[in-house]
Amino acid sequence: MSQAILAITEQADGVFKNISFEVISAGRKLADKTGGPLIAAVMGAGIEAIAPQAAAYGADRILVADHEGLKDGLSDACIAAAGQLVAQSDPAVVIVGATAIGRDIAARLSARLNAPMAMDCVDVRMDGDRVVVTRPMYGGKILADVGLSGSPAIVAIRPRAMKAVAATGAGEVERVTVSLDSTNLTLIDKQMESGKIELTEAEVVVTGGRGMGGNDFSLVEALAKVLGGAVGASRSAVDEGWRSASDQVGQTGKVVAPNLYVACGVSGAIQHLAGMASSRVVVAINKDPEAPIFSKCDFGIVGDLFEVVPALVKEIEQLKG
Amino acid sequence: MEIAVLLKQVPATELMIEIAENGRAIKTDDINWVMNPYDEMAVEEALQIKGAVGGSVTVFSLGPEKALEALRTALAMGADTAVRIDPEGKSLDGLATAKVLAGELKKGAFELIIAGHRAVDDDSYQVGPAVAELMGIPHVSMVIRQELTEGRIRCTRTIEGGNLVVETTLPALITTQRGLNEPRYASLPGIMKAKKKPIDTRTVSGTGTDPGEPMVAILAMRLPPQRKGGRIIDGESAGAKAAALVKALREEARVI
Repeated sequence: MSQAILAITEQADGVFKNISFEVISAGRKLADKTGGPLIAAVMGAGIEAIAPQAAAYGADRILVADHEGLKDGLSDACIAAAGQLVAQSDPAVVIVGATAIGRDIAARLSARLNAPMAMDCVDVRMDGDRVVVTRPMYGGKILADVGLSGSPAIVAIRPRAMKAVAATGAGEVERVTVSLDSTNLTLIDKQMESGKIELTEAEVVVTGGRGMGGNDFSLVEALAKVLGGAVGASRSAVDEGWRSASDQVGQTGKVVAPNLYVACGVSGAIQHLAGMASSRVVVAINKDPEAPIFSKCDFGIVGDLFEVVPALVKEIEQLKG
Repeated sequence: MEIAVLLKQVPATELMIEIAENGRAIKTDDINWVMNPYDEMAVEEALQIKGAVGGSVTVFSLGPEKALEALRTALAMGADTAVRIDPEGKSLDGLATAKVLAGELKKGAFELIIAGHRAVDDDSYQVGPAVAELMGIPHVSMVIRQELTEGRIRCTRTIEGGNLVVETTLPALITTQRGLNEPRYASLPGIMKAKKKPIDTRTVSGTGTDPGEPMVAILAMRLPPQRKGGRIIDGESAGAKAAALVKALREEARVI
């Protein structure tokens, strides 16, 4: 039975997303147990040049599917290509990032291959022949250890949950021809927010809640800017129409895992905590000393955010200046 | 247009979750069960389309008897028919669920299937796209806006850092994302009308679809490490507090 591990990478505009290196590293860890090889799959158009980077994280082989139809990173093209790469490499485990496209790949492949799938894993390991993952459930209120029986086991890993680790791999690059005749989606438009750091990829997140009092988030944006972070919003702020739904942090929003999370005027509802509990350090600023968030933070300031946040911005500017 | 909506009843999100004695499932004694929030959006979107172009909305749920409440809510919102497939005491994972649902959907002639992008209990993001795969139809997930034209659907979907606008042919499946719509509340007349709407009850074994042997097993559940209450930073003024915080973040937490 094959012991190969297939790590499906993701790139945009010819640059690997960080999740790709996390996926390869998770694969390396498994391949070391199964005997491998660790095969990295790289899909896109005009991406042959970046493929060798996968060797720096331990890929033994690198399959490159370079096809014009993969240029836009549409899910159906990626799934079609991924399916063919799986057929080619006959892996015991397929690892992909639990990103917007990665989730689609994992779900459709599980149906196509009649294979077990675990989503949003924060750990993955071999337990004999079986793949065991740890994954959050119920919005992160529970951590579950889950066993996958079947081949291949498809594991989608949560961004920023497992570190990318440099490792040496032979990195033999092999160009693979894929057929995309069965694809059905056409790209009409790409509406990317330039200059904005994506919440799920951010090392720092500054969130504004109901305490912001309105749609003027300039203080939160200023703090995020000086910290090099992304701006989030609580559900209250989104429901009030102050910020767009794509900014929401929480159980029905995005789950973030930054090194530093600063919650400004956020009361700390259970669903919000579900979205930011994986943050390394949590700071809360709220004028209500009874706000639930104070029992779930590392550092808290009871005070008026309209005074505290500008003072913080100034302090950090001085630090960096 | 014949529209199908996939619906799941889940524990309400404001609840604390406790682990059952066997350590592999949650305690279900005091749970408030609700329609999965993203499935509410699916029902709403289907109703808006029906309002615009006519047709019918059929809601499907694979769930135990108490899932009837969620189905009745969908009917009260305005769906026409509901189908409940009873799991007969078995726990089916996302793929098994998708197999059963796809089998039933194939018995109809739905042009559009709408599902929530995930259920907020399992958080698997699996059933919608898996159903589409099993039906051999295209899908677009995380849709925040859709527009139907002759035989085609154009969707705006979220990805990291922005949105893509993609178009595909019908029949298709889409999954909902926050921002797509604000689900309506069931009105009292709606609730009354719903009592007369048919709920078709089936069983997994009666469908003729084999969900297959379980391939995914929950081995253990535990609570994640809990952050204890933090240190409140004191100071005489906002400026003093800010300075003390920055010092702590730099020297103790080493995060800036």
